[in-house]
Amino acid sequence: MPRRIVLGIQGVGHRVIESVWRLGRASRFFMLMLMKSGTSMRRFRLIIREIYFTGVLSLIIIVVSGLFVGMVLGLQGYETLQKYGSESAVGTLVALSLVRELGPVVAALLFASRAGSAITAEIGLMKATEQLAAMEMMAVDPIARVVAPRFWAGVISMPFLAAMFSSVGVFGGYLVTVVLIGVDEGSFWSQMQSAVDFRYDIVNGVIKTCVFGVAVTAIAVFEGYDAPPTAAGVSGATTRTVVTSSLAILGLDFVLTAFMFRGMS
Amino acid sequence: MKSENLVEINDLNFSYGNRAILKGINMTMHRGKVIAIMGGSGCGKTTLLRLIGGAVTPSSGYVKVAGQVVHDLTRDELFQIRRKMSMLFQFGALFTDLSVFDNVAFQMREHTDLPEAVIRDLVLMKLHAVGLRGAHKLMPAELSGGMARRVALARSVALDPLLIMYDEPFTGLDPISLSVIGNLIRRLTDALGMTSIIVTHDVQESLKIVDYVYFISEGVIAAHGTPTEVRGSIAPFVHQFVHGEEDGPVPFHYPASSYASDLRMRGEIA
Repeated sequence: MPRRIVLGIQGVGHRVIESVWRLGRASRFFMLMLMKSGTSMRRFRLIIREIYFTGVLSLIIIVVSGLFVGMVLGLQGYETLQKYGSESAVGTLVALSLVRELGPVVAALLFASRAGSAITAEIGLMKATEQLAAMEMMAVDPIARVVAPRFWAGVISMPFLAAMFSSVGVFGGYLVTVVLIGVDEGSFWSQMQSAVDFRYDIVNGVIKTCVFGVAVTAIAVFEGYDAPPTAAGVSGATTRTVVTSSLAILGLDFVLTAFMFRGMS
Repeated sequence: MKSENLVEINDLNFSYGNRAILKGINMTMHRGKVIAIMGGSGCGKTTLLRLIGGAVTPSSGYVKVAGQVVHDLTRDELFQIRRKMSMLFQFGALFTDLSVFDNVAFQMREHTDLPEAVIRDLVLMKLHAVGLRGAHKLMPAELSGGMARRVALARSVALDPLLIMYDEPFTGLDPISLSVIGNLIRRLTDALGMTSIIVTHDVQESLKIVDYVYFISEGVIAAHGTPTEVRGSIAPFVHQFVHGEEDGPVPFHYPASSYASDLRMRGEIA
């Protein structure tokens, strides 16, 4: 029995030590990537190409999801607000929910599942098929040539995707509440316009999306680069990207919200 | 005057943790020659290539390429010397997101300021040398194993290196592709005046094209010589390897406890 307990403690210790090592590797990798980003910035077409793969190709899922989230918000908002006779405030509810929270968070979660997993799988497979080793042997640094462009492409794409999500979401809310249910169009837009503050709501939302963009793509590129070069290794890394990114998004969202909207009107 | 030796390996030792992989390796590789390094799976052949390329650091001893000790170089110096060497990986390691043309042009675009028109001509010339000029628009996924290996070969000679290392270039190829790759290695080495190091299991194909052979067994050089010397060798390991015999100095059975005790028998099996 005591031996089992000792083994258990050893197991926990081993996992903790391994996690700390991994965190150290991730931090070192992140610093290296930032230091080597100069090459990508000088050859911006490398980033443009990746923006197409991570950003442009994610548009469909972002737009469709944004539309449905906006429509659901419109329906639920109208259902509740009409009980208090304030259904004209539904535009404000839809816009504030999207710009402050749902836009950045849901767009980032979708981005992690669509683009983050693809980045991890691609870099992981490049490692497994010795493409990264071949690049090293050609005197080309894979972190500068492969990793950094994907990272910056993700960071640049994320705010635009979230903005697109929120805009389409507002349109979805408009469709359901104004066009289908018949809420007054003038009060829908004017209440929204007066309630949504550019600096307080939109800028804070954009800050959130930038933070999520850095977190998701940093996790995705690290997991790909650190993946064991086997099929199981790449599949495990892809799963970890989605799980870790999602938790990071939700955790960071709470922290950012706590700093940005501390009960102030 | 340039030294005759492009690669010098002196008393090289390498271990993974406590497991010694290479023990006291000495080799000299002359310019313009094709040298084969042979040995069983897991004997440290690929590790030796990685040591020559500076991808790993030896426990002791040194590897000199073109007069420079590779593992003493800074990263920038290592990248400088790597522009003079090239490596063909086991399955080609072509960049799957780039076309055949872009794969061959990759190093030219990364390391030179050549105009695109010149790069185009150079790439087509390299692809023509391996017989795949007509495939320059294809993606790696559209190539057969032999074609991918030939494109990788064109890519590795893109900047006319002094040294090319081939990691198992014959693995998984049909007899025609195998012969094509073998002849290309010999022809390109002679035409470009470079040095080729081939790590391989394929005894018969490589003996046709190489100038010198090293056999590695259990981390040490078991034998070396020209193809003629190797074919006529009576050294037990070389004989077993060249003729593909099942048992010999390299045993058929992995070391184990007694067969009888494993089967829990008493005295029936010696």
